[in-house]
Amino acid sequence: MNFWTDPIHVIYQGLMQTFTGWGMAADVAGIIINLLGIVLMITAIMVLDIFLVWIERKVVARFQDRLGPNRVGPWGIFQPFPDIIKLVLKEDITPAGADKWVFNLAPILSLASVIFLWAVVPLASRIYGVDLNVALLYLVASGSIGTLSIIMAGWSSNNKYALVGAYRMVANMVSYEVPLAASLLIPTILSGSMSLTNIVNQQAHGVWFFLVSPLGALLFLVAAIAELGRSPFDLNEGESEIVAGFHIEYTGMKFGLFYAGELLHAFTFGGFVAALFFGGWHGPWAEAYPLLGAFYFIAKAMFGYWLIMWIKYTVPRIRIDHMLAFNWKFLTPLAFALLIVTALAHRFLMDFPAWVYVPGMFLSNVLVAWATLEILRGNARRERLAAEAH
Amino acid sequence: MTAEQIIFYIATGFILVSALMVVTTRNLIHAALWLVATLFGVAVVYATLDASFLAVVQVVVYIGAIAIMFVFAVMLTKRNLLDHVPQTNANWPWAAGIAALVGAGLLYTASQLTTFGAQRPALSGDSLMNLGKALVSPDAFVLPFEAASILLLAALVGAVYLVNKR
Amino acid sequence: MENPWIYIGLFVLIGVIIPIVPLAASAILAPHKPNPIKQSTYECGMETVGDNWVQFKSQYYIFALAFLIFDVETVFLFPWALALNQTPLFVTAEGVIFILILLAGLYFVWQKRMLEWV
Repeated sequence: MNFWTDPIHVIYQGLMQTFTGWGMAADVAGIIINLLGIVLMITAIMVLDIFLVWIERKVVARFQDRLGPNRVGPWGIFQPFPDIIKLVLKEDITPAGADKWVFNLAPILSLASVIFLWAVVPLASRIYGVDLNVALLYLVASGSIGTLSIIMAGWSSNNKYALVGAYRMVANMVSYEVPLAASLLIPTILSGSMSLTNIVNQQAHGVWFFLVSPLGALLFLVAAIAELGRSPFDLNEGESEIVAGFHIEYTGMKFGLFYAGELLHAFTFGGFVAALFFGGWHGPWAEAYPLLGAFYFIAKAMFGYWLIMWIKYTVPRIRIDHMLAFNWKFLTPLAFALLIVTALAHRFLMDFPAWVYVPGMFLSNVLVAWATLEILRGNARRERLAAEAH
Repeated sequence: MTAEQIIFYIATGFILVSALMVVTTRNLIHAALWLVATLFGVAVVYATLDASFLAVVQVVVYIGAIAIMFVFAVMLTKRNLLDHVPQTNANWPWAAGIAALVGAGLLYTASQLTTFGAQRPALSGDSLMNLGKALVSPDAFVLPFEAASILLLAALVGAVYLVNKR
Repeated sequence: MENPWIYIGLFVLIGVIIPIVPLAASAILAPHKPNPIKQSTYECGMETVGDNWVQFKSQYYIFALAFLIFDVETVFLFPWALALNQTPLFVTAEGVIFILILLAGLYFVWQKRMLEWV
């Protein structure tokens, strides 16, 4: 065992020897090392978050045929730093009727609820925070806290736009949590585990769950975008109607926390798409060299993030009645139908070798997709005929 | 005292204080938020007992769904309702006395149990998998499992009729 | 670590503390000169009329109710999905029946026009 095959363990052992050498009890030293690891990890995430600002601005610029930030540093890569300095130096205004405690707590919870998620994300074969056996429900739980932070922000601002934004956002988020949880059930069925580490390990032999359940991956992506409150589901912000929604009264760094939370949330969901459906850290030689695995994971997460950005900057905002109808009349039934089909197909096919299992599962997904499209087409035809009859 | 005990005492103290705040605060939204804090404390207690599934479900269902529903329900009310209506009526000392009595009785009963203060035995095997198997096994809880689905259906139908009355 | 939740607890603790750091920096460095106009509620330049405790559409509540029921359902399904590989075939059927009953509920709500945003 050396640093390249198991970096975390080597560092842990080294620090443990140093600390116990100073006469510290082993379990106290263990907790301190873990604390150091957590602080390091969260700091790394926050630094990444800073650069996500630059990535987001650069990518949206390219989608919109612009250059994006290009003055500060090469390709404008240091642009986030002036932004942050500006945010920190801005005056922090608390509106007169605001509920101070709730008002100040909301942005902190909003960012923290995203940071929590990184405790369970496996970055590489032997680099992860903790192997929690209910990691998937932990994802949903942390989303609940995020929802709560938005309702706190909207209510405490004492502003009607903020309240309307928060209400829309929460109606949106809670609705889409149903297909999100249902699509999380699919990797659970396929791997027989709710632990992210296990789910990633189940995809070791190149059979990424994306191949086994493409429709499940798509459902997760759509539900995740809705959960993020990004365009086309950004009714909470709706610049043209309610100005900025729930964070309208926030200034300076408090607004910065909401912004950072949103970007990190998008990237984190990219990471979850990668871990659940695209094999996580798996790739050539990733097993032997965890740091390479971490690189693969970040690359795949960036791809997921890029997908989310692509949709955000391409599709216009939808109306709230359309948004709710899309969820309850389309995504939810589809998610549960897919769940039934996946459960049955998996149960029948799981004893067969991979060359039967994978095409079989893929075919079952294609079948569900085809049936859905047929039903939609039938509905559209009926509506068109009814409209013509009038 | 083990770390688990320290966390337990902190969590229970937190639960009690925030539960008290739920009933004493005048502002309904504050009450709902304190309720969230209470429920979160309960989730922490579940976590110290190795009941991972219950802990996350507590957060997902109670904080993520029920607390949100409370807030929605509060926003359906009028503000003057909470500014001008007294929080308690004349009988509150009686209620407090009875609550204290019941609490004391429960504490006494619990302290008489043989397992009171005993060390919790370690869980054997994959508790989550055992839960999953027990929930659907015909020898265990399959009937309650299916009954839960009927119950949820009944709740849905009830909700429809509650709303359709307007 | 015996209990993974100890790690999660530490993570949550630090995850809450770290976002406070920039806020604290801002509180120290940023100017603080409040005045009534600055602190007034922003409504695109209009004077604020009335209280912000407005009564909302009951529709929000209906969707929250529907969500609550389906949320509880999916939570029930997680242990089932977990044990699917290691249990006999009729257990799969049980879960499917469970989902079908709830889908019937969704169909009922749909037919009763509860899912319309009126």
